[in-house]
Amino acid sequence: MKTTHKMFIGLFALLMMYAVSANADNNSATNVSSVIQQSKEQSVQIVTACDGKKKVIVEGYKEGEPMPEHKAREVAKLLTALMDYCEEEITAKIPETEIAIQLSINGDPFISVTAIEELPLVLVHGGKPHTEREKRIWSAELNRMIDTGYKIFHDPTLGTNGISCDMCHPNASNTHPETYPKFQTQTKKAALLRDMINWCIENPQEGKKLSDDDPRMKALEAYIISERTGVILEPGKH
Amino acid sequence: MSIRKCRQDRETKNESLSGLNRREFLKTAVATGTIATGAGVFLNYAQSIAQQVEVKHGTNRFTFAYISDSHLLDRGREHRFAKSLIKAVKDVNALEPQPDFVLYGGDLAQLGLRDELSLGKDIIAELKPKLYMMVGEHDWYYDMGDVWREFFGKPTYSFNHKGIHFIVLNSVVVEDYWSGPKMAPMERMLFMAQLDNPKGRPFTVGEEQRKWLSDDLSGVEKHIPIVVFSHSPLYKYYKAWNFWADDAEQVQKLLSPFKTVTVIHGHTHQVLTNKIKNIAFHGMMSTAWPWPYAPEGIPKLTVQMDRPDPFNQFDGTGWGIVDTLHDGNVNKTYKLWDRNPMIVSYDKVSTGRELVPGPSY
Repeated sequence: MKTTHKMFIGLFALLMMYAVSANADNNSATNVSSVIQQSKEQSVQIVTACDGKKKVIVEGYKEGEPMPEHKAREVAKLLTALMDYCEEEITAKIPETEIAIQLSINGDPFISVTAIEELPLVLVHGGKPHTEREKRIWSAELNRMIDTGYKIFHDPTLGTNGISCDMCHPNASNTHPETYPKFQTQTKKAALLRDMINWCIENPQEGKKLSDDDPRMKALEAYIISERTGVILEPGKH
Repeated sequence: MSIRKCRQDRETKNESLSGLNRREFLKTAVATGTIATGAGVFLNYAQSIAQQVEVKHGTNRFTFAYISDSHLLDRGREHRFAKSLIKAVKDVNALEPQPDFVLYGGDLAQLGLRDELSLGKDIIAELKPKLYMMVGEHDWYYDMGDVWREFFGKPTYSFNHKGIHFIVLNSVVVEDYWSGPKMAPMERMLFMAQLDNPKGRPFTVGEEQRKWLSDDLSGVEKHIPIVVFSHSPLYKYYKAWNFWADDAEQVQKLLSPFKTVTVIHGHTHQVLTNKIKNIAFHGMMSTAWPWPYAPEGIPKLTVQMDRPDPFNQFDGTGWGIVDTLHDGNVNKTYKLWDRNPMIVSYDKVSTGRELVPGPSY
């Protein structure tokens, strides 16, 4: 406990040595700069971490004015957490009266967090942009499911009479998955998309219906929804 | 007369009536002295109206019927598509008076197999009127038309009937996509059978048939009315589903010197009306299933039929009749099963007036 205490004091001292004024820093985005500018007119002190990317605006203390120990600890803890959190530029603001801390990441608008532990999920990936490789893997995995659905949709073996889904629904037209759940007047009960898929399998295709968790059902839904996303619904027509 | 047929006939007459203005109506009514006061005089009244309609729309030369896009599978006469074709054949045979002939509009088979075509041949052999055959891509791409030709003869021909020159085309010609990848016959067929195939090739009439058409037309005087039967629409509607003819403009140009030209096409399985310069286009219904309207390219003249009810096997499907008028233009009637018939008269097509919307449930 004592060691930890000493470490924080030490870190705080270190941070103070690296503290620079807002004027010396031109890297921040406009909205953050304007906040800093505005803050200067009030009573604020700006503390910048050794990496030059993390900055804390402490309201209620003038430039150069010594902070009480608990405040200094709070600033040090925040800067440390932010440095651990990611490599991006973050400006934090500790308001004088409110409990919430304001954070701006890479010049984006400020968001509120009530505790350091609640850093926003958007940066769960470490704040680094997704790599092309990651994007390719995710896209391939998604497309695998959709492609499986495409194959089943165009395959008459889902039924028994040679009829496949695409014969009436080219490009999954007239499926309007976005309208479910709805009361299906013909069956006189509320239906999900999968209920209507099963209706088609059992009736026009004269096949055996799929269970809700059948991978083929999931793939069919994936294909239909992906094919229809963004298509305008025209009631009575499509 | 069944209740439904009675209702359909009445609707047909009401539809015809809407083409008369009030003055003509009164003239007709006074002339015949039969403003309906009871059921007994209704028939007399209706007949006189029918005569008046002929004056308005032109004398009816003759009527022919069509059946199209049955997509039969090799699964016997109990399969739903076979039942639909049988139903259409019975409907046409029940027409009184009988049409001069019946055109079969293509896609008799689903996968071009001998047994499918044979089943279809047997069913349509039951038609009482004379039958003219046209080929569709589903009949063709398994064996490149071998069995179809064996059963039905040449896919491209013309004939004259009561002063009208009729032309039947094979308009489902596509460039060779199968030799390169060494596709098996069924692979080639399935490639073509998939409407939403992203790799699909556009239909054409092709150079050879355009040459034939040009030669055929060179012997026809320009005032003779022309009716062209084509499986694919001879215009550009929606390429992704092959509602399309890639050489449409060239074919239209060959037809451009003629005063009166009508194209009756299959493939689209929907109520479809278009007019490009001198040519009126009408789609044929499928007996098997309706296609949805494409997301773009629907001709402005088309009054779309309501979205069919999937719970009714016969909704959005049917067959049709074509009345040819004294001037060679046509009035087209969609015989939609379980709906009222939908009439697209030449009068409406030519004036571009808003057509009467399709009947609903």
